[in-house]
Amino acid sequence: MENPTARAQSGAALPNAYFAPGSSFVDFVRAAAPELLPGNRVVPEGQVGHPPHGTTVVALKYRGGVLLAGDRRATAGNLIVQRDIEKVFPADAYSAVAIAGTAGIALELVRLFTVELQHYEKIHGVPLSLEGKANQLSNMIRGNLELAMAGLAVVPLFVGIDVDSDGTEWPGRIFNYDVTGGRYEEHGSYHAVGSGSLFAKSALKKRHERDVDEDTAVRNAVEALYDAADDDTATGHPDLGRKIYPVVVTITPEHGAVRLSDERTSSVAEAVVAARRDNPGG
Amino acid sequence: MTLPFYTSPEQLMRERSDLARKGIARGRSVVVLTYSDGVLFVADNPSNTLHKVSEIYDRIGFAAVGRYPEFDSLRVAGIRHADLTGYAYDRKDVSGQTLANVYAKALDAVFTERVKPYEVEVCVAEVGSSQENDKMFRLSYDGSIDDESRFVVMGGQAETIRGVLREDYQEGLELAAALRLAVRALGAEVGTGAGSGGAAAPKREISVNQLEVAVLERFRPNRAFRRIPTSTLSTLVEERSGEDASGGPVAE
Repeated sequence: MENPTARAQSGAALPNAYFAPGSSFVDFVRAAAPELLPGNRVVPEGQVGHPPHGTTVVALKYRGGVLLAGDRRATAGNLIVQRDIEKVFPADAYSAVAIAGTAGIALELVRLFTVELQHYEKIHGVPLSLEGKANQLSNMIRGNLELAMAGLAVVPLFVGIDVDSDGTEWPGRIFNYDVTGGRYEEHGSYHAVGSGSLFAKSALKKRHERDVDEDTAVRNAVEALYDAADDDTATGHPDLGRKIYPVVVTITPEHGAVRLSDERTSSVAEAVVAARRDNPGG
Repeated sequence: MTLPFYTSPEQLMRERSDLARKGIARGRSVVVLTYSDGVLFVADNPSNTLHKVSEIYDRIGFAAVGRYPEFDSLRVAGIRHADLTGYAYDRKDVSGQTLANVYAKALDAVFTERVKPYEVEVCVAEVGSSQENDKMFRLSYDGSIDDESRFVVMGGQAETIRGVLREDYQEGLELAAALRLAVRALGAEVGTGAGSGGAAAPKREISVNQLEVAVLERFRPNRAFRRIPTSTLSTLVEERSGEDASGGPVAE
């Protein structure tokens, strides 16, 4: 019981950290097993080389919900390291998160974030508010600042439904972040992050408005990702031959956060690719 | 020079046990039992907010009786332990048995090292792929641990309740039947236990408002734990009267 930072060993009783007040999983891990947190690692001097990078993700609001979509490519310098990486995840029942940037740290942060939300919910019996979730993500990005300065930056995009605001036609909300943990709510109808985000946002500016239904919004998201892939080598096109399609997570008050089935995204992706054959600019 | 007060270890342990047992017996009871589609937790708990039953992990639930701050700190420690294990390794690597062992050691440490033991009993239940694979562990204030396959009773007059369950528990009970059995067993306790003020009172009808009920559902993906709200409870328990009239299993 003396060493508060020791991880529970079999044969010993639980260390004090397990009985400390607080409800954050991250705070607990910092006390009990700090080596598991991404922000607590020693950053070596010099370049880390080219760790895999995840790229473009887009968020769109539509009538009755909000969605998050991402391409499937991870790159390291000029190489494609994975064709079918997933960057978009349901974080809990009513929110989803996607992260562009250094893939290893991004995936780790997503995992940590989903555990954090569930941890809070289990300890308190009620989930965090949407703002609470957004701020918690902000804290976690802030904890990664040192790594970001060494070139291992991650930038998330967070979307969710405010379950308390029932009745509104546009319940979805979008939060974007910078590497220092700054949190900005997007009051427009779309946002994008990652290397191809410039092109995706330009496409969405011309194409998307929030007064559309879900099918149109999914189509707009896939179109925007196509445009990003068209001009950014680090973003992948839908790969019909290998059956690799964008990942889309929709969130509505009725169904919560749902990852769309491959059948649904494949039909949208095929339609987009077919339409672009004779009209490459969309 | 005077000798310091000497208390033999036996007496010390006996006194701590007495203290813990008395504390636990004062509280209301909790029944945990397996049914066809999972594990059912039924707590006699008039509070809507101070839970005796809780989710620990995807397939693991927790129930406790005794002093609230003591078992709640164990509950939080359990969630932390499970989440840390699942985060460091994989979600599949979190097991009820490991958690029960952790609790056993923690309770044992408190019992032997502190002046006052925890006045709690804890049940860790894990829902498996079939009813034979459901696991339940009952932990006492001193860290002793029992492995049960059918039901666990804690707190209050546990022996009386256990008697009812021993007689009427069957494998493969449906949820509603299991719930009715648990409610009837909890009612039996009040009948014999609360008689300290007079003659043994007849068994009391427990209203659904004072029940805290939750299940670990076998076929629910990911997080199996679900609380059953009072509105649903009344529907489930009301079926009782219908079944009793039609000659269903009744034991008076």
